[in-house]
Amino acid sequence: MTRSLIYSIFFHLIIISLTILSLPFMTRQPIDLPPIVSVELIQISDVTNIPYAPKARKIIEEVKKEEKRVVSEQAPPAAKAKEKPDRIPLPNKEDEIKKIVKKKQNPEEIKPQIRQSSEFEKKEIIDTNEIAALIDKAKEEQFVNERNSKKLTQSKVKNSFATGLSLSEEDALRAQIFGCWSVPLGLPYDDNLLVRIKLELKKDGTIKRSEILDHERMNRPGQKFYKILAESALRAVRLCQPLKVPPTGYENWRNIQLNFDPTEMLKG
Amino acid sequence: MKKIIILIIFFLSFSKLNALIEVDITRGNLDPLPIAISPLHVDIKSELIDGLKVKDLGGDISKIIEKNFKSTGLFNPLKKDAFVQKPDIAHLKPRFEDWRLIKAQALVTGKIIISDGKLKVEFRLWDLTASKEMLALAFTTTPTNWRRVAHIISDKIYERLTGEDGYFDTRVIYVAESGPKNQRVKKLAIMDQDGANTKYLTLGNELVLTPRFNPSNQLVTYLSYFRNLPRVYLLDIETGTQEVVGNFPGMTFAPRFSPDGKKIIMSFAKDGNSDIYTMDLDTRVVERITEHSSIDTSPSYSPDGNYICFNSDRSGLQQIYVMKSDGSNVKRITFGDGIYGTPVWSPRGDLIAFTKVRKGRFYIGVMRSDGSGERLLTENFYQEAPSWSPNGRVLVFYRETKSGPKGEGFSAKLWSIDITGYNERKISTETDASDPSWSSLLSK
Repeated sequence: MTRSLIYSIFFHLIIISLTILSLPFMTRQPIDLPPIVSVELIQISDVTNIPYAPKARKIIEEVKKEEKRVVSEQAPPAAKAKEKPDRIPLPNKEDEIKKIVKKKQNPEEIKPQIRQSSEFEKKEIIDTNEIAALIDKAKEEQFVNERNSKKLTQSKVKNSFATGLSLSEEDALRAQIFGCWSVPLGLPYDDNLLVRIKLELKKDGTIKRSEILDHERMNRPGQKFYKILAESALRAVRLCQPLKVPPTGYENWRNIQLNFDPTEMLKG
Repeated sequence: MKKIIILIIFFLSFSKLNALIEVDITRGNLDPLPIAISPLHVDIKSELIDGLKVKDLGGDISKIIEKNFKSTGLFNPLKKDAFVQKPDIAHLKPRFEDWRLIKAQALVTGKIIISDGKLKVEFRLWDLTASKEMLALAFTTTPTNWRRVAHIISDKIYERLTGEDGYFDTRVIYVAESGPKNQRVKKLAIMDQDGANTKYLTLGNELVLTPRFNPSNQLVTYLSYFRNLPRVYLLDIETGTQEVVGNFPGMTFAPRFSPDGKKIIMSFAKDGNSDIYTMDLDTRVVERITEHSSIDTSPSYSPDGNYICFNSDRSGLQQIYVMKSDGSNVKRITFGDGIYGTPVWSPRGDLIAFTKVRKGRFYIGVMRSDGSGERLLTENFYQEAPSWSPNGRVLVFYRETKSGPKGEGFSAKLWSIDITGYNERKISTETDASDPSWSSLLSK
């Protein structure tokens, strides 16, 4: 009797825990999405862009006066600003500064839209700067990280669990592709303009394999526009690579499907 | 039993864990597409054919393609100084990585061959991000037609990259004006859409107005005053033959073809009342379409021929109305403040272009055929008479500048603007110009 009871309790617990964690109808329990999005974006931009960007831009302009290439909006983040007092007065350090700026100026990687997704950028920038420049920033970041972790609600955990990407990661990826996608203009607004592209990604975000899921539609009569649309979507993905993917959880985002649909945009 | 339940639950959870991540991309950018147009490779080094230097043709054709694309506002042709491969190799297979370095997304290459006095132009369009050929075509023609070949190539590339028909191999007919304002000489003139190859079709002895292309061929209808009486003419611009369609009483306005080219629709005043009429070009039978005490003018057919838009002052101020092609079911579609006129239905059928006058300023705008979504594209001192490009993306119209008290400083020029309102351009003409009308594609 006791043994049966223990078995029963044990299996019930397993069932309940699995249900809570994974069943679709459970994962779609009331999720208050809008507040989560806004909270995240405000935190990121507050910390990374607003307080330090102008100073950092100033430094870059001084250092890079002779170079005419456009400096990314995202290149001068918070970490840069802290360099100023230590580095500017030392003339023999100029070359070093130049190198750092150059690294961030890599035109292949500059995507203005990524401003929203500065989580990733922030990490890169921290790695490339001197520790002294990070001392002040570290406190702030620690505070921000703590604040973030406190605000990580259950609904957000569920979302991450369900999609493999957090909302900010998904937004970052979306914003990156927005910037690369040149939408063809001669598309019929009233037709189905959904192009689904399945990607297999490498760990660094480059594309290993791409596949248009409805490719047979390209050859159907009256669907000439679909081929042009699908090509433009593929072009966007290739142009954008390496895609901005999280540094961890490769198995979660290794295979990803992008659903391109410009209907809303074209209808205005 | 329990084992089965557990297995089912495990299966469900497993499938959920491995669900494919989906990201919806609902927006893109409308930045001009960077495109590299390599000069076409010419095998023959120096030879004159029909007075043309063959060795220059490769560069000349690529320049026209480049100019066409630049004028659309949708493409950004890259400077040739930055090109990393010469045309003599590029026309075979480009080095994609090198072209990608200069940020080009598409590349046009090609070559020119002269054989038996004929010009053969081959071209290829390459997708540089996918490293593959998108389009390859060849055209053979007489060497003097090289400009047209450049326009046809532009159309094919435009169509392949945007999904809509091009509009480069087209012509614009207009009224060429010269002389002082109170003694204007007005001739009919025709030119390529880029302003080249201007030809004058009338001598300027008589006043000519409102030339309009037949949408299906190269026939033009226009209004001319002969001994102070308005006459509607048909002109075949290929053969130069002219024909009087009829004399009409009183004030006659803006004859325009039906989409099938079998009828002309216009307005004229009978018994002091201006209404809309059609004339069958085969039978010459005139049919009255509107019958109202107000002034109804500027009729224009929808591309399917089932509806007509026109302007009328039946509600007090001049506004735009839509009715069925038999004159029934008249519906007012504009209600904004100001006066609306010269409605023209887009060849795509989705929009109507119009001129609006408000507080002494003239606007060219577009709206949906039910009157919703009005967008004013450009505003000026005086401008009117919009005419659509055959693909419904660009409008050509004319604009006059303010003249001084003695008529000095006055000029009228043709302008174009696309339906986004962002790409306004002046079209260069030899003289002052007004009343433009855009032809359909010549090569279709």
